Amino acid sequence: MFRKNILAAAVATAFVVPASAFAADDAEIGKIREEIKDLKDGYENRIRSLEDRLREAESTGPGATAAPDASASTPAYTNKPITTQNAFNPAISLILDGKYQNLERDPGTYQIGGFIPGGEEIGPGGRSFNLGESELTVSANIDPYFSGVFIAAVTPENEVEIEEGYFQNSGFIPGTTVKFGRFLSGFGYLNEIHAHAWDFVDAPLVYQAFFGGQLKEEGLQARWIAPTPVFVEIGAEVGRGANFPGTDRNKNGSNAGEVFFHIGDDIGASHSYRVGASYRKTSAAGREYEDAESSGAVPTVLNSFDGDSNMWGVDFIWKWAPNGDPTSRNFKFQAEYMHRDEDGSLTYDVNGTSTPGSGTDTYKSKQSGWYVQGAYQFIPRWRVGVRYEELDRGTVDIGLVTSGTLTAANFPLLAENNPKRTTAMVDFSPSEFSRFRLQFARDEARFNEADNQVFLQYIMSLGAHGAHKF
Amino acid sequence: MNTWLRLAVVPLMLVACSAANAAINVFACVPEWASLASELGGDKVSVYQASNALQDPHRIEARPSLVARMRSADLAICTGAELEIGWLPVLLQTAGNSKVQPGKPGFIAAADLVEKLEVPTRLDRADGDIHPAGNPHIQLDPRNVAKVAQAVTERLEQLDSGNASYYEARGKDFQSRWQQAMARWEKDAAGLRGAKVVCHHKSATYLLHWLGMVEVMNVEPKPGIPPSAGHLAELVGRLKTEPADLITRSMYNDPKATQWLAERTGIPLVALPYTVGGTPEAKDLFSLFDDSIARLKKAKK
Repeated sequence: MFRKNILAAAVATAFVVPASAFAADDAEIGKIREEIKDLKDGYENRIRSLEDRLREAESTGPGATAAPDASASTPAYTNKPITTQNAFNPAISLILDGKYQNLERDPGTYQIGGFIPGGEEIGPGGRSFNLGESELTVSANIDPYFSGVFIAAVTPENEVEIEEGYFQNSGFIPGTTVKFGRFLSGFGYLNEIHAHAWDFVDAPLVYQAFFGGQLKEEGLQARWIAPTPVFVEIGAEVGRGANFPGTDRNKNGSNAGEVFFHIGDDIGASHSYRVGASYRKTSAAGREYEDAESSGAVPTVLNSFDGDSNMWGVDFIWKWAPNGDPTSRNFKFQAEYMHRDEDGSLTYDVNGTSTPGSGTDTYKSKQSGWYVQGAYQFIPRWRVGVRYEELDRGTVDIGLVTSGTLTAANFPLLAENNPKRTTAMVDFSPSEFSRFRLQFARDEARFNEADNQVFLQYIMSLGAHGAHKF
Repeated sequence: MNTWLRLAVVPLMLVACSAANAAINVFACVPEWASLASELGGDKVSVYQASNALQDPHRIEARPSLVARMRSADLAICTGAELEIGWLPVLLQTAGNSKVQPGKPGFIAAADLVEKLEVPTRLDRADGDIHPAGNPHIQLDPRNVAKVAQAVTERLEQLDSGNASYYEARGKDFQSRWQQAMARWEKDAAGLRGAKVVCHHKSATYLLHWLGMVEVMNVEPKPGIPPSAGHLAELVGRLKTEPADLITRSMYNDPKATQWLAERTGIPLVALPYTVGGTPEAKDLFSLFDDSIARLKKAKK
């Protein structure tokens, strides 16, 4: 249609121009008028045709123009159900994490001396290039009453772990949020924060020693926020307690109980803080760990703990940003202290493979640990941070040793030790969604051996924009 | 025992006090809506302003104090269009307040009520921190403020029906004063029409659009991405061939980049209040526009 009009205009002009050449001289002006009129008509035709086409395009949908005959007989909503289903897709985000690690000591020999190990995430991980855990988060409101979150971590060993999978209701009882499923326990401060949002590559030693990384719980968590201008929060959890320092008990009811309490507020426009206290009670049955066999008859023995494991901790977070705007500069201070009492019995050499053979007696330990760290963003995108931490082996009373059945040398891993670590990092975030970090650590968790560690890490976040906790 | 008793009694007293104060607790994410809520609610509302004019609204942290205030809010007024995406969802999920959830009468997303500019045709993070719903800095077009005001009045009447006539009267009064002020501003700013402006972030787009000014380029290479030295040098080059009349930044933006650019190009620099409290003169919504226009005019002449 458009082409035809151009053609018509061109033909019209072609006829007019030669015709005017033969016209009388006195009609010169009239002739020019004629030409202009023709040109104008030509353009008007073209504009009209364009307007018609526009109107046509606006009145009919893209689907209808493709097959006008079909659209006349079929209802217009044929395709809609498919698009509506997709519109309810949950928010999806993916974290890519990876490191290059340069470790002075063999990571295979890593141990936190003086502490019974457990859990999965103890130590700095492997040497050289390492893919970290890729974290996939899917979340959405379920209905007017519940929302759901699913976070899966795909490990570099190609295994899938469910980090969190819970549904929650917030506000059915005013101020109350209730979570059911598997979630990161509310103990302390850092435990609830996902690794990609940490200020350092790895978890503090006290988290590695007492939780084997991060404490996940399967059960129920309830939190209540007081209706006060100051933030006051009380929370409680009950659960299976299957993760270190507890174990699966194969019994009904719950095997772990926890309470925590938080207060927080702003001080002026530039400062804000949160202080917290937590208490957790759980128990373990047949919680096994490997230790070196002192006589060397067999390489290792398997020992086992049964009994109660009770913990308490305090945490403190303080954040500063000039006038409360963290964009260019900000500072975050974070400190936690945790104490654990274990009371029960310890079985030496469960399998009876060693020379002294198997034996069981009481076990009692009082151990603690703390860390303190600061991260300072000095210009946009760039931060520096330092962390210092210590563990106190405290007192460890092994009945088999006090009774004289065995000697302390039979429990080399529980010998006197004072683990500590100093860490420094600098990170650069090109945007909210990407971060590169360089970290140095002097790790003195092993007995009488320091390990100098260098990490180069990237954290990339794809998809839905995450909102971070305080 | 005494200490425990005191610990228990103090929060209870605070509850009693806060309940006695006002009928409606308003949680305003950003200063402009706090100011609007005070204008429309008068002494029947108690307004908590979650951020101030010198804070980048994209980057507020979900601080404990904000969670505590959201917990007791009857009405939350936020901008929406993902302006508060980094912090508002945490507040809504953790505060345990079902009254202020999106879709409920107690939640207003101002940007949902107005026509947004710069709705992206392409959604890709490679384009920077873009907002799928469009540019969220809607408060700098007074016609948008009038629409939001209408919605706030309606919600207040709905939530506190006992005082409905009070809110209606205040709403009418505000709207008529606002229409008068708008006519005055438009007349006042007529000389700014057509002026070419370089903005730090796309935070003044609605103001410029309303006043018929032209946003020719941005100091940020992409929304939310700070300018590099190379990008600034490129801007200097571009401004030589296609000069602009003004360079603007919002008060919360880091001043360094725009200052450097203004010095290099000799183009006058104007710092805009952006919202209520951004400058000492911008005390409320009316003076926000008075001051913004005055600053633009002063720099332009």
